[in-house]
Amino acid sequence: MQTPTLFALLLLLILVAYGTGFSRAIAAARSGGGVRSLASLPSYYGVHTALWCGLPALIILGCWLIFDDAIIRAMVMGAIADKPESIAGQNLLYAQIQNLAAGNLVGNVTPQLQDAAAHLTSLRESGRWMQTALILILSIGLGAYAFLRISPEMRAREKVEKVLRIILLACACAAIFTTVGILLSVLFESLRFFQSVPVTEFLFGLHWSPQMALRADQVGSSGAFGAVPLFTGTLLVSAIAMFVAVPVGLMSAIYLAEYAGKKVRSVAKPLLEILAGVPTVVYGFFAALTVAPFIRDLAQSMGLQASSESALAAGLVMGVMIIPFVSSLSDDVINAVPQSLRDGALGLGSTKSETVRKVVIPAALPGIVGGVLLAVSRAIGETMIVVMAAGLAANLTANPLESVTTVTVQIVTLLVGDQEFDSPKTLAAFALGLMLFISTLILNFIALHVVKKYREQYD
Amino acid sequence: MTDLTQSNLTQKEVRERIESRLASRHRKEKIFRGFGIASIAFGILAVVVLFTDIISKGSSAFVQTDIELKVTYDPDTLGIDTVDDESLAWANFDAVIRNALRERFPDVSGRRDKRELYSLVSNGAGFELRERLQQNPELLGKTETLWFNADDDVDTYVKSLSKSEEGFLGRTSEQKAGWIKSLLATGELEKRFNTTFFTNGDSREPEQAGIRAALMGSLFTLLVTLALSFPIGVAAAIYLEEFAPKNRWTDLIEVNINNLAAVPSIVFGLLGLAIFINFFELPRSAPLVGGLVLTLMTLPTIIISSRAALKSVPPSIREAAMGMGASRMQVVLHHVLPLAMPGMLTGAIIGMAQALGETAPLLMIGMVAFIVDVPHGITDPSTVLPVQIFLWADSPERAFVERTSAAIMVLLAVLITMNTCAVWLRKKLERRW
Repeated sequence: MQTPTLFALLLLLILVAYGTGFSRAIAAARSGGGVRSLASLPSYYGVHTALWCGLPALIILGCWLIFDDAIIRAMVMGAIADKPESIAGQNLLYAQIQNLAAGNLVGNVTPQLQDAAAHLTSLRESGRWMQTALILILSIGLGAYAFLRISPEMRAREKVEKVLRIILLACACAAIFTTVGILLSVLFESLRFFQSVPVTEFLFGLHWSPQMALRADQVGSSGAFGAVPLFTGTLLVSAIAMFVAVPVGLMSAIYLAEYAGKKVRSVAKPLLEILAGVPTVVYGFFAALTVAPFIRDLAQSMGLQASSESALAAGLVMGVMIIPFVSSLSDDVINAVPQSLRDGALGLGSTKSETVRKVVIPAALPGIVGGVLLAVSRAIGETMIVVMAAGLAANLTANPLESVTTVTVQIVTLLVGDQEFDSPKTLAAFALGLMLFISTLILNFIALHVVKKYREQYD
Repeated sequence: MTDLTQSNLTQKEVRERIESRLASRHRKEKIFRGFGIASIAFGILAVVVLFTDIISKGSSAFVQTDIELKVTYDPDTLGIDTVDDESLAWANFDAVIRNALRERFPDVSGRRDKRELYSLVSNGAGFELRERLQQNPELLGKTETLWFNADDDVDTYVKSLSKSEEGFLGRTSEQKAGWIKSLLATGELEKRFNTTFFTNGDSREPEQAGIRAALMGSLFTLLVTLALSFPIGVAAAIYLEEFAPKNRWTDLIEVNINNLAAVPSIVFGLLGLAIFINFFELPRSAPLVGGLVLTLMTLPTIIISSRAALKSVPPSIREAAMGMGASRMQVVLHHVLPLAMPGMLTGAIIGMAQALGETAPLLMIGMVAFIVDVPHGITDPSTVLPVQIFLWADSPERAFVERTSAAIMVLLAVLITMNTCAVWLRKKLERRW
């Protein structure tokens, strides 16, 4: 039976289990004095039976779907006598066998290949039979077991609620699995990368040109994996972005929180929030096609050399993107400063701006710093704007009119398209990803800590 | 201030000192306020510039120059006798178009001039004719007048004519411009609503490129994301808000959620590539994998907003239900959850809007492929709207700029609709306690 059919059948079985459990509970209650004599409501008996019928079968089915391809492959390849040693060769051979089994023509069909394909088909066939039989036996058997155990004394509700609670807990743990997944995926590939390129060269090398030789004697074959130009490029673009976003975001938050009337606030705030909702690819397009040519022409009219993909264009647009982020975070902390502090300062005769500059801002400073740190981590991790507007040349420069490249740009360029997972070129992307993950993690950790500590101060 | 009160100054002197500084203090106040207004103006200006730039570039893509031709389904030119799938596959429809063009401009001769004449019409015109004949086999041997998409150079030139007298010629020659003008004068060349843009997949030819495939890809990806992230996110929020004991494990989960909310999206792409594609060997470029990656990315948003919604339900509801003998699970599922649902839905819509606009992680899992066919399921290779925008933005043809902007307008329209829905939902359904 095909998996979707099996899945549909399983759903049907679960429904049937619910119905039979429900009616059996009512039947059991009839002999002992009505529904009141049941320990739980009849629907809980139904759900209990349905859970026994469906849950283990679904879990087994899921595991089966994940692992069956790998197991079948191991069995097919194990049966072949003389197989190629390299992993790539084995992959190729297996792909040929799969194609043959699917009925597609492949180059030269040896009898050995023919046998292997037949083996694969028979394994798949029997695997499908085993899967169907196992799932059906499991669900019907366990469903029947739960069905037979129904009695007025059984505390069905408590059992059902226990299972529900475990499901809820499992969902909550998804966040942990994700973090672990990210760590494992970047860490493993990075370690493989560091086997071929030393960590020190990666962290402190000044030259980045990730090519790998196709032949050993090729000219210019040695790839260079010094990531310093990428780090400086990232910092340059982020610094320009912060230079725009922090003053503008902070000042607009102050104005909205302290000066603006209700009407201005209700208009200006949503307008600024629009900037946060615009997808980054749109900003990238805007930066590459409108801002970058404008800056290039402006610089040339002033007699400066500017490349058409400049750090300045990417940074400016990124800054605009981050304005609402900074302003809404600062808005929160400014509003959290107790009114009594403002009243005290105003009562002593200070003007509104003096109150803001000398009382409100210092009181809100830790929160603002936390917000700015979060904004920095966003700027570092931002991808599309820099991919489209900052360029690919790994220049080690502090000139914002030149094109620079960033960590995220290089991850994208190294990984878009077909990859082979044994070349340092591909693995370098994961090492860069690891750096990105670690640095944003540290920034977030500090920022959240600062914000949390500050919040407690006035609560 | 302290020196004023401590020293032995008369009240008059104190007042003089204060008043002498008052003007400069008030000036500073004004400057400060001016900075505030300037910042907000800058932000709003950025919004206005962004939108006008994109709308001015993109609105012209919703019309497309079409050309009217009198085509004859001549069996000799086509090289077929009967209409069936096999003969249609070999039939020479381009020759029919060429004949029609030659008929319209009989005095064009010479190879180069003829080639230029043929380039008035889009390369896809032959395919359109084939489809038409396939659906109406009785047309074989007959003549009819049809509208075809003009080539993108023609389109660019015609559109530029409305802006200036001589227009933007680009790759268009003077001779071709003359033909175009004569066609325009007789009404055989017309700007019409660009349906191709909404019915076609990607194409190398700008006049045949459309967003249908990308829109469907986005839809499938979002469906997968919604189906996974909403139930999981709500369940996680319920556990953390209503059941979780205060212990290290719970703290660990919370720290993780807060951190994941700030992890750069591209890192989720790396995770998808390493785990879903390399380890589990799921198909590349598929909405299934895209949806899985976006699920992980949007989960923190949904969990955080769902928790806020649960928190806003007052404890009195829980206590009342508890007092009536409901178990904790019943309290949550029967009473708290329905009351928190509007808030959760709002959070889910905002999370989906975030997922819809996301590009970077999808580049990692191969959704940058050149997709012409409209995907029909979650395992078909496909691309999504933001990635399509990214791909078109890289194309050199001038006509792609307006199509990119138009695709951006469609994307922004969908996003604005979603966000308006979220705001409306919040206003309409959320109760203030």
